[in-house]
Amino acid sequence: MNQAIRRTWVAVVLLMAIVLGATTYVQFFAADSLNNNPLNNRQLIANYGNARGAILVDGKPVAESVKNQDGSQFAYRRVYHDPELYSGLTGYYSFSSGSTQLESSMESTLSGTSDSQFFNRLADLFTGASSQGANVELTIDPKVQKAAYDALPDGFKGSVVVTEPKTGKILAMVSKPSYDTNLMAVQSTSQLAKNKEELSQQSGLALNWNPAVYDRVSPGSSFKLLVLAAGLETGYFTVDGTYNNSTSWTPPGTSKKLSNFDGGICSSQPDKASLKFIVAQSCNTPFAEGVQTIGQKKMDEVATAFGFNSKPSDLGLAPTSASVWPSDMSPANLSYASIGQYDVQATTLQMNEVAMAIANDGVLMKPQLVQQVSSPNLEVLQSFKAQKERDVIPSKVANDLTELMKQPVASGTAMEAKVPGVDLAAKTGTAQIGSTNKVQAWITGFAPADDPQVAITVNVQNLTYQQSHGLTSQIMNKVERAVFNK
Amino acid sequence: MSAPSLPAAQSQPGTRVKPQRTKRNLELFLLIPALGVAALADYLVSVSPAGSSADDSSWITHVVVMGALALGMNISLRIWAKYADPFILPIVVTLNGIGLAMIHRLDLGAARESHVATTQLLYTGLGMACAVVILWAIRDHRVLRRFTYVWLAAAVVLLLLPLVPGLGKTINGAKIWIGIGPFSIQPGEFAKIALAIFFASYLASKRDLILLAGKRLGPLQLPRLRDMAPMFIAWIVALGVLVMQSDLGSAILFFGLFMVMIFVATGRVSWIVIGLGLMAVGAVFAVLFISHVQARVHVWLHVFDPAVYNRVYGGSGQIVQGLFALANGGMVGTGFGGGTPNKVPLANSDMIYASLGEELGMIGLFAIVMLFLLLVSRGVRAAAGSRDGFGKLLATGLSFTIALQFFVVTAGVLRVMPLTGLTTPFLSAGGSSLLANWVLISILLMISHNARRPSTGGSMLSVQDQGLIDRHLRVQAVSALDAVPDRRSGAQSATGPGTRRNAQDSAGNTASGTGRLPGGTTKNGRGENA
Repeated sequence: MNQAIRRTWVAVVLLMAIVLGATTYVQFFAADSLNNNPLNNRQLIANYGNARGAILVDGKPVAESVKNQDGSQFAYRRVYHDPELYSGLTGYYSFSSGSTQLESSMESTLSGTSDSQFFNRLADLFTGASSQGANVELTIDPKVQKAAYDALPDGFKGSVVVTEPKTGKILAMVSKPSYDTNLMAVQSTSQLAKNKEELSQQSGLALNWNPAVYDRVSPGSSFKLLVLAAGLETGYFTVDGTYNNSTSWTPPGTSKKLSNFDGGICSSQPDKASLKFIVAQSCNTPFAEGVQTIGQKKMDEVATAFGFNSKPSDLGLAPTSASVWPSDMSPANLSYASIGQYDVQATTLQMNEVAMAIANDGVLMKPQLVQQVSSPNLEVLQSFKAQKERDVIPSKVANDLTELMKQPVASGTAMEAKVPGVDLAAKTGTAQIGSTNKVQAWITGFAPADDPQVAITVNVQNLTYQQSHGLTSQIMNKVERAVFNK
Repeated sequence: MSAPSLPAAQSQPGTRVKPQRTKRNLELFLLIPALGVAALADYLVSVSPAGSSADDSSWITHVVVMGALALGMNISLRIWAKYADPFILPIVVTLNGIGLAMIHRLDLGAARESHVATTQLLYTGLGMACAVVILWAIRDHRVLRRFTYVWLAAAVVLLLLPLVPGLGKTINGAKIWIGIGPFSIQPGEFAKIALAIFFASYLASKRDLILLAGKRLGPLQLPRLRDMAPMFIAWIVALGVLVMQSDLGSAILFFGLFMVMIFVATGRVSWIVIGLGLMAVGAVFAVLFISHVQARVHVWLHVFDPAVYNRVYGGSGQIVQGLFALANGGMVGTGFGGGTPNKVPLANSDMIYASLGEELGMIGLFAIVMLFLLLVSRGVRAAAGSRDGFGKLLATGLSFTIALQFFVVTAGVLRVMPLTGLTTPFLSAGGSSLLANWVLISILLMISHNARRPSTGGSMLSVQDQGLIDRHLRVQAVSALDAVPDRRSGAQSATGPGTRRNAQDSAGNTASGTGRLPGGTTKNGRGENA
């Protein structure tokens, strides 16, 4: 028996050796990768009271670390300025609820632990200075940001995104309803829990995501821009062409009629209409019919090129969602999808990327939020570089689309967006929600049409048709005035 | 030579070869560093950032009570088991003390006011008291052998208790608890001891039958089908625990326990092969058909998947937080109060290995693993030195239980295997676990006492003679079966002094025969010799 007992002991030694080996692996070899795991917020808690870099807009902090009184549990606390305007961008930096948005994605930079700050840390070691994080300057234009926020109506969910099509800089990104991020940065755990509870009870409030990049709704007629792009590419549409514009049209494989808006201006030209008229008045039937010829395959290609069905490239904002263009639709569904209904869904950022690509001769620039990262002693660690995201459509198609997008502003659905002296190209959208009387209201466009400086997209959700009437155009109007100082 | 096992022979002091040293003073001396480590750990907790704000002096209480209890154990051993192994108690006191300090630290870091350490101290006292009572009441572990099937019944009843409606409680998804008033008890912790005693007793009696029968298949000596019945029973018990109570950890523990004991009883690799085969079948069955196990395995494979991680119930949050805690500790740890071990769910029970790893670092964990290895080694040594087969089997089984339980928990925490809900012996908070493990230790101490006790038998074999000792033990392992005070040996001793010589002959026969297994010669040797 004793031999077996000795062998059992050897087995025990082996078991213990496995434990020792695994312990060594976890605590020594894998420790770094575990410490840097995105799910790991221990470092955050350990460093919670440290001074962090500020998040700046036009040189002024919208998020900064402020020294606490001596004897406090934490040396510093995080303070947000104009928090409602910037909640979706800065996110919050809280003790027990983690951090979100830029406070999370720029963590290593703001806390001073990023690789580019290595030499600063080394210097701090010798000078004895307490290490400080780097400051992050945003591309945001505070005037536009404020104008966009104020223009959004209270009591509705909505977002505005404003970008520079030539560079990809994000000039404004706001959403309503918003909240005071300072409520999430309180340093008392019990107060934080209370604040969080109260905030989570506000309906429609997005506490942990940015609605402009995460919330998706049907894009409605603003999606027709993609059908136009596809049709112009295949040659189905030409800028000066005329097309069937019957008041209603029955897609193949269904008996359900698809109509132009009842009593709308479209019905004034019930037989043939010019494409410019169709786009200006946002008639439905020419698109429902046309997309059958253009085909699902071409639409898939164009939608994908504009960015549908994949998440946007990294902005420092999380989570993001991919806009949806369904595949393999029945002919009837394809017709409904062509006017931005059925299962088509888009984020505000996605529709703005559509405008950006058209504005920039068919080339989409990567949307970016960070203008510059500088160390506490003002040394620039990283500065803005415009990056091409991808070629979306040929420049000829982009120019034709621009021409067509001038029509709604000149004589159609977007007339209220017109600001004197600003040559705007825009397309509205009003998507009915199921068979309710509620709609999702959209406008997306850019100005000036021939030399675009800004792309603007407005989305207001879940409002009645009456409420939606002209609303997005008016919001766009206010944003334009802020951009062009009118 | 097998006389030492006979109660009658104990009254022959004249035959003692050389007085054995009791080593109780060595034990007392070793308790000083043991308590020193516990005191230092608890003191460091009190003065750490976590403790200083609370103006905490409970460490003094902890250490004084621990010291008094340990001293009480030392004195009890002087009276009732004076030859017991002198290392076991100090090691266990060290582990218990480190556990208590860590639990104290986690109390201080808890979001709500928490006094788990006080409860733990209470159960430590209760555990040591139980140990003393067992030492006093039983004295000789062979007494336990009398009630073979009672132990089996006890184990089964204990395992089934949590399934009794109104009595059973489901905590964290496992139906392994019973609630009596305000107390929650894990009967499985006690069942493991009852099962070990049953297996040891059963195998000690059936050993030669199992050994001698059966066919050879290549290098493997296959047992007869009917001799395998108990193994199937163990397998079914393990699976039953798994299916009915969703307790993967205990299932592995019970099955591992039985495998080791049958291996020690027979020395046959074939049993291990068959056992592993059954285990593989069981594992495949469990993974294919038991949703609880499937979920555990899925979580284990995809711990860092945010969807799995964020699952409110049954996600990987616990194990991932445990890994983060360990990584945060790194080589040398954050020191007591320096980390945030409270972030890990069940930080003071299932996950205490991670909590210790965060604050004591890899070095601290190495020390703890070495303490366990040392403890188990002392237990194995007691087994090897034991003069009766039952004692050998029981000591091996109990020691291996500690090792396997420690392994299953830590391997789960370290993501070597799926996490199971077992406690870490002596370290984890938990009354049932502490109580049961102190009872286990008292039995081990008892066996080691009987192993080291001066041989009062014939002078033919000197205990000091290392050259002979192995043969001596091999001989005894078999002959002791006849000599233990059960019904059969009672009949034997009635036959008078000649029996002992006969028993010795039979033992010699068996010992020389086991290698080649001359079928039939000793098949029912015991009966013939008697």
